[in-house]
Amino acid sequence: MLILECPYCGVKADETELSPGYEAHLKRFGPGSTDEEFEAYMFARKNPKGVHFERWRHAYGCGKWFLAARCTATLEVFGTYPAQVSEPPPDIIAKIRARRPDWSGYK
Amino acid sequence: MIVRTRPADCHTNLFMSGARGFGGRGNSMRYSGLRVITEGLFGNKGWTPAWRDPAPKAEYDVVIIGGGGHGLSTAYYLARNHGITNVAVLEKGHLGSGNIGRNTTIVRANYFLPGNSEFYSHSLKLWEGLEAELNYNVMHSQRGLINLFHSDGQRDAFVRRGNAMINQGDDAVLLDQEGVREHLPYLDFEQTRFPIYGGLLHPRGGTARHDAVAWGYARGADRRGVDLIQNCEVTGIDIQGGVVRGVQTTRGAIRAKKVGIIVAGRSSQVAAMAGMRLPVESHVLQAFVTEGLKPVIDHVISFGMGHFYISQSDKGGLVFGGDLDFYASYAARGNLPMVEHVMEAGMTLMPMIGRAKVLRSWGGIMDMTPDGSPVIDKTHVEGLFIDCGWNYGGFKAVPASGWSMAHLMATGESHEVARKFRLERFATGHLLDEEGTGSQHNLH
Repeated sequence: MLILECPYCGVKADETELSPGYEAHLKRFGPGSTDEEFEAYMFARKNPKGVHFERWRHAYGCGKWFLAARCTATLEVFGTYPAQVSEPPPDIIAKIRARRPDWSGYK
Repeated sequence: MIVRTRPADCHTNLFMSGARGFGGRGNSMRYSGLRVITEGLFGNKGWTPAWRDPAPKAEYDVVIIGGGGHGLSTAYYLARNHGITNVAVLEKGHLGSGNIGRNTTIVRANYFLPGNSEFYSHSLKLWEGLEAELNYNVMHSQRGLINLFHSDGQRDAFVRRGNAMINQGDDAVLLDQEGVREHLPYLDFEQTRFPIYGGLLHPRGGTARHDAVAWGYARGADRRGVDLIQNCEVTGIDIQGGVVRGVQTTRGAIRAKKVGIIVAGRSSQVAAMAGMRLPVESHVLQAFVTEGLKPVIDHVISFGMGHFYISQSDKGGLVFGGDLDFYASYAARGNLPMVEHVMEAGMTLMPMIGRAKVLRSWGGIMDMTPDGSPVIDKTHVEGLFIDCGWNYGGFKAVPASGWSMAHLMATGESHEVARKFRLERFATGHLLDEEGTGSQHNLH
């Protein structure tokens, strides 16, 4: 069972209480962008085997979207944080670097 | 309308004896029933390995990365259809050790979108001649596929799908509740939550023996001169001036004029070696097998209200599965909520299986695309091709995927049944969303 702590309401939620989104920290491209930028934003995914940043919604709880850092190979959870940030918080990055010294970064 | 019942358990393992042996050169042997009997009389001492175990050469015309079903069939059809035999298939583990080695083995041609419809129709026709073609018993069993529906709206959708299948030249029969009852008397028709209104029968749908498909293509490719190189992981793709020159592997550098990436759930990692970011997210799909039972389920059945499908293998195990775990994963194991959901769906549909004991379960890594349809295309690098994004429908596509990928790699043009499987559809917006569920990887 995957368990993520909702950073808003503090509930440690089972995956059945959550709704998965997709890759986090995507730069949004809208009107005025090139076709390539829009396609990449819409469809291209880093899809790492390892550290992954992703969006989740506490669907059967407070209903809010939050972000999580998780390993897609081992299912280890590094942490969760509010969605109102433009990049992962330093404490999450530090925790990942400690656990995965050869990690190449989130971009 | 033809509905075939399950064939009696047959001792087809004899046909495959030696298929996993390595090292010999006994690859000219033809398999036949007479040969099985003769070998049986003399202690089965005459079988020889089904393919060679060559060391990689320094250079090939074509290198295929990935020795699974699609990679092996691509190599086979490169040799058979295009006379290109200076080919190596590089596999990081052993042949057929990925999704072709573990899947729910369903073969069908019941798609309705133009682009998908002709492709899977072509694939089913190849399946129907595959055993004679490969001289290998892939145990293709056209036992009939029944997709159940549970509402008027769902019936309408299946009528439309059935008409599309017939227009494509394939077969479809709409069954009302009594029609379904004749085939599947053991379903729970009286349930109030999801009453069974009827089903769409696809008589030519069925199953095949998954390992045998890989082994049959491997043997066929080897016999035509293809080198199947195992325990050889690709670690880099050599590109100079926008042209592919070869690959780096754990067994040294191999030069190649053309390279094909056919690696399913690991597509994003291998494509990244060529600087590509694919419209793919990898997810885990679980499936389950029970202990062996006497023949009880004659068809392939899918439940229209929960994502659940089931058939019975020739060994007697009930083989069934459901949906993705919904979040990105390379873990090759799933979590319990989806296990519970699949079991619930099965019990809702056919309570009679409740006493069967689950023998094993597994999670395979699926290369999910945003529209649920695959990619067979060139890349921005000249000479580098990619065949990926099979979601969880790759098994039935193995023959036509290899056929189309081989055509593309040999001629530089998309095969006519795979024209819509181009990467450019994500730029132009011409998505092939068969299920109509929207453009997120985990929704298909």
